[in-house]
Amino acid sequence: MSEPVLKLENVTMQFGGVVAVDDLSMEVRQGEIVALIGPNGAGKTTAFNVVTGVYAPTNGCLYLDGKPYLCEHPAGKAKKTYLGSDADKFVRHPTLRKTPDQITNMGLARTFQNIRLFGKLTVFENVLIAKHMHARGGFLAATFHLNGREEARMRREAMELLEIVGLAELKDETAANLPYGQQRRLEIARALATDPRLLILDEPAAGMNPQETVELTEFIREIREQFDLSILLIEHHMNLVMDISDRIYVLEFGKLIAEGIPVEVQADERVIEAYLGVDLDA
Amino acid sequence: MKNNKKRNLLCSLLLAAALVALLLYIDNSPLKSSMLSTVLQKGAIYALLVVSMNLLNGFTGLFSLGQAGFMLLGAYTYAILTIPVAQRINVYQYFDGGIVQFQMPQIPALILAGLVAAVFAALIGAPVLRLKSDYLAIATLGFAEILRAVIQWEKLGPLTNASNILRKFTGYNSILFPFIVSGICIAIIVLLINSTYGRAFKAIREDEIAAEAMGINLMKHKMLSFCTSSFFAGIGGALLAMFQFNAHAKNFTTAMTYEILLIVVIGGIGSITGSILGSFLYVACSEWWLRFLDNPTVIGTFKVPLLGHGFRMVVFSVVIMVIVLFYRQGLMGTREFSWDAVFAFFGKLGRFFRNLFTGKKAVKGGVVHE
Repeated sequence: MSEPVLKLENVTMQFGGVVAVDDLSMEVRQGEIVALIGPNGAGKTTAFNVVTGVYAPTNGCLYLDGKPYLCEHPAGKAKKTYLGSDADKFVRHPTLRKTPDQITNMGLARTFQNIRLFGKLTVFENVLIAKHMHARGGFLAATFHLNGREEARMRREAMELLEIVGLAELKDETAANLPYGQQRRLEIARALATDPRLLILDEPAAGMNPQETVELTEFIREIREQFDLSILLIEHHMNLVMDISDRIYVLEFGKLIAEGIPVEVQADERVIEAYLGVDLDA
Repeated sequence: MKNNKKRNLLCSLLLAAALVALLLYIDNSPLKSSMLSTVLQKGAIYALLVVSMNLLNGFTGLFSLGQAGFMLLGAYTYAILTIPVAQRINVYQYFDGGIVQFQMPQIPALILAGLVAAVFAALIGAPVLRLKSDYLAIATLGFAEILRAVIQWEKLGPLTNASNILRKFTGYNSILFPFIVSGICIAIIVLLINSTYGRAFKAIREDEIAAEAMGINLMKHKMLSFCTSSFFAGIGGALLAMFQFNAHAKNFTTAMTYEILLIVVIGGIGSITGSILGSFLYVACSEWWLRFLDNPTVIGTFKVPLLGHGFRMVVFSVVIMVIVLFYRQGLMGTREFSWDAVFAFFGKLGRFFRNLFTGKKAVKGGVVHE
């Protein structure tokens, strides 16, 4: 079997005396939609921030397409205060710390829980900026507009993307003025503009009504097909999660308590107890 | 749409031609040594300085206060390189003519002035650009102050003439010169802002975390913006030295940075045309239109109270406070000047007057009710 697109190996993230993510191992395979769920404060967003390079993990290794891109182990003073497990497992691995932009360059794009669009810029510019990463023309060439071909290609691709996500008519609108649902859509479009292999969505349905949630589910399925993506998402809308996910990981207090296909997870005693509650009737 | 484009281009060309004609006229008339000419030259130079600072503060969102330092580097580099060899013994009178014993042509020296400023920006940028907001401001401010002191250091005398003035370097004859240099530089900055790198700068200004998540290398792009801004600040500093016929480290104080920052705010943070407009207005006010406030005036037998030395700065401060309090967006906000807006405005005005004369009632939005 080929390498999973994303693999986390014994990832631990500790802030002072708090272990936010504890010994998390998981993987996303090619073409899968994987959900990470858990009660509030379970460490889902922290896990996302580790995956995208915003936080360097305290311990553990992460791989994209089998290539390690983040690798840490507690050393020196950090080792004495380390509360997680497997402290010595990665000692032999060279420490590896890619920055978020390098990780995006490796083919991992994300959206944010609280939308982070370039608010004062237009919808079109938002998507166009995400194309900058692939610009090969140098600084001077771009300044003196000698990269006309590349610029034209970037604009064309950005426009195509806006048409696919259905925002083409709003292209000159200021991003901050869009309605909430469309801002979410634009954020996904912007992430897609970086040509990712893995898209990770942090609560894409937050604040959406049932109708919008259904549309979003459809939209996520569509883009997976169209862009040949693997998707990792955090979500609270159980309907969406159970409907869309191929596999689910459940976190509680930073620890993985269950994993499997939706039916298995729904039937898991610990999950029902910890998170879903007794009124699980889906 | 196409028609509008043609019209706008035509208007821009006409405006530029009118400006050149005016400058040529002033250049060849007694007006050349008038206040108008001074304001125009200094305004053009300030426009470049303000736009270069706006590139950093307004478009990349980096609050840097090192402008005077980079101007100083540019001014000194240019001055040192273009003093005629025969004059060096007079200028460097305490240092046996100094160690630089050649004279460079004007334009290469000007470019070199920018490059030296950019190289220093690259050197201090590496540690300093990791800082955020106010910390960055303090660090760059400190840099400018340290530089001003170091340049005046006795040991550097053979190169910088220590705390003595640099003069007798190549100046310019036509008042068109600062306009041409400034114009070219500002045009380059505008091109940069409209390129893919310019968009990346704006992304960093809007949201650093999102920009980084979109694959934009923060350090690299901040550095590019910082060095480019410094490059043009260096050239602006050299122009200022030419305009003043001298370069003296003790003039490049923090107050100068604040002055330029102020114009950025007055013009609109993130607006190039606002910066240019603001520069000319500011220079005209401070050098010319508010001058009368400094002179004790007697009308008949009545001596106008308060007018006297220093009162100009009081009024000036009040004006600035009013702007900051009530027009926080500045003249232009983040908008740019466009002919379309001008024509729309005059169109509205025209309709208003037409309706006034034909006796129809003008209603908001220009819709006419019978």
